[in-house]
Amino acid sequence: MGKVIETIDLTRRFNGLVAVDKLNVSVEQGEIFGLLGPNGAGKTTTISMLCTILKPTSGTAKVNGFDIVRQATQVRKSIGIVFQDPSVDDRLTGRENLHMHANLYGVPPSEQKTRIKKVLELVELEERADSILRTYSSGMRRRLEIARGLIHYPKILFLDEPTIGLDPQTRDHIWVYIKELKQTQDITIVLTTHYMEEADRLSDRVAIIDYGKIVALDTPIRLKKTLEGDIITVRAKNTEKLVSVLAGQANVLKTHVLKDTVELTVREGEEFVPRVVEIAAQNDISVEAIVLHQPSLEDVFLHYTGRAIRPEAGGELHGDMAVRRRAVR
Amino acid sequence: MTEIRGLYTLWLREVKRYLRDRVRIISALVTPLLWLLIFGTGIRFSVSISGLNYQQYLFPGIIGQTLLFTSMFIGISVIWDREFGFMKEILVAPISPISIFFGKMLGDSTDALIQGIIVLIFGTVLIMPLSPLAFLAVIPLMILITFGFVGLGLTIASFIQNLESYGVVVSFVNLPLFFLSGALFPVTGEHIPEWLQIASSFNPLTYGVDALRIIVLGSAWQSSHPFYYDLFVVLLFDLTMIVTGTLALNKRK
Repeated sequence: MGKVIETIDLTRRFNGLVAVDKLNVSVEQGEIFGLLGPNGAGKTTTISMLCTILKPTSGTAKVNGFDIVRQATQVRKSIGIVFQDPSVDDRLTGRENLHMHANLYGVPPSEQKTRIKKVLELVELEERADSILRTYSSGMRRRLEIARGLIHYPKILFLDEPTIGLDPQTRDHIWVYIKELKQTQDITIVLTTHYMEEADRLSDRVAIIDYGKIVALDTPIRLKKTLEGDIITVRAKNTEKLVSVLAGQANVLKTHVLKDTVELTVREGEEFVPRVVEIAAQNDISVEAIVLHQPSLEDVFLHYTGRAIRPEAGGELHGDMAVRRRAVR
Repeated sequence: MTEIRGLYTLWLREVKRYLRDRVRIISALVTPLLWLLIFGTGIRFSVSISGLNYQQYLFPGIIGQTLLFTSMFIGISVIWDREFGFMKEILVAPISPISIFFGKMLGDSTDALIQGIIVLIFGTVLIMPLSPLAFLAVIPLMILITFGFVGLGLTIASFIQNLESYGVVVSFVNLPLFFLSGALFPVTGEHIPEWLQIASSFNPLTYGVDALRIIVLGSAWQSSHPFYYDLFVVLLFDLTMIVTGTLALNKRK
């Protein structure tokens, strides 16, 4: 397995603000590589530089062996991109959009028909291929964009937040397609997301990115293992006191106070829950709620950055808002 | 070959989008009729210009006006593409900035040319018959006039962020270009104030309209410039706009 992407001190600043900070990361051939982080962490900026839409302020990267600054055209020919925001022509039909893409990427006309047929089958859009895109649902458009990204047989497919703004069923559907792609095509996939579940389910390796830096990089399983235990979240009135009495317990590995809740990283969580209630009662602390859960990537994120990903994510933007956000950029 | 196919596919896209837009086709049919029939008839019975009836004088002017307005208006497609994301698909494709600009420009020019030909047909049928030779000679001239203004529209659109501002800016540019072009009234001659003559001499459309009159009206039209001079100015304008348009459309952050 060779490296298909390698960044060398890749940096991008916007008016003095550092969006991507001396990034050094490599992606292996054939893997699904997830870039996980809150909005504004630098995921899209990183992808934009790798796709040669944005020039790095300093540093560079090699994509399929080509330099992103000096060999932009070769890089472009060898990659496929599905942008975070829609980028299809909604006045044309699905098939027309695919033909246009094939022409823009120099796919020989003799091969276009068969390739288009193949990618349409892959995303199950054969029947709607000749309808104008305006009549497509957002999930269908997304699938068409994935199909489009594959027509020119790219070696790497970039997916920037592939399921943003989609309903849970469609999201699930898209995940299945991405998984299938990896199994059926000889392709490396780089995806960015701020959904923990998405990174967890799809990625072979996940890089957690925050403030333009990678804070952790490993397989999802190993990342979760770094937490060494289950997590008990306790909501109580007197969190400070609760922490102080629980901290000394043998099973407790780590404590973390978040406003009115306490997060405990413990061994054998199920057995420890009754003990928490007991100890709290002995110390006159009233416990309002207790939740036990096995570690998720969200906990990993919390562990490495000291804050939860959700508040930073700021919710998703749909429809109108998404359009306005694009206009602002 | 890849470049040519890329250019062709961008051209085809613009034309398909245009032909699928019924509102634009209808407005292309109605607007010039309003000018030629209502405005033209009204003025015809109050004014006469150098031995021509006013509708005949106006006819080449309205061709010029249609080319100007359509060309400039179509620049909005750049903002549209940017706002709805399609611009990214084009800008990240492995084709050269020159092909991107020409694909877009030739596509938009085709749309403008179709509108222009509609006016040409109306004028030939309703106002004055054109010889087949004159009809054929007008079309390449119309194409040349279109290139420059499509280039200008694309350049302006590259610098403007939203659809509303584009409309305002374009009418701000369009109206003086239209009024100072000689499309509606003569802008040269003894009784014309000097400031108006000077202002219109800086307007590329003045030369376009004059060249159109030379072909459409033939010997009935007393031109103030020789035809080759008109053509030279129009070509110079085209070239300038193609260069600035290519640079503007492909500017990257």
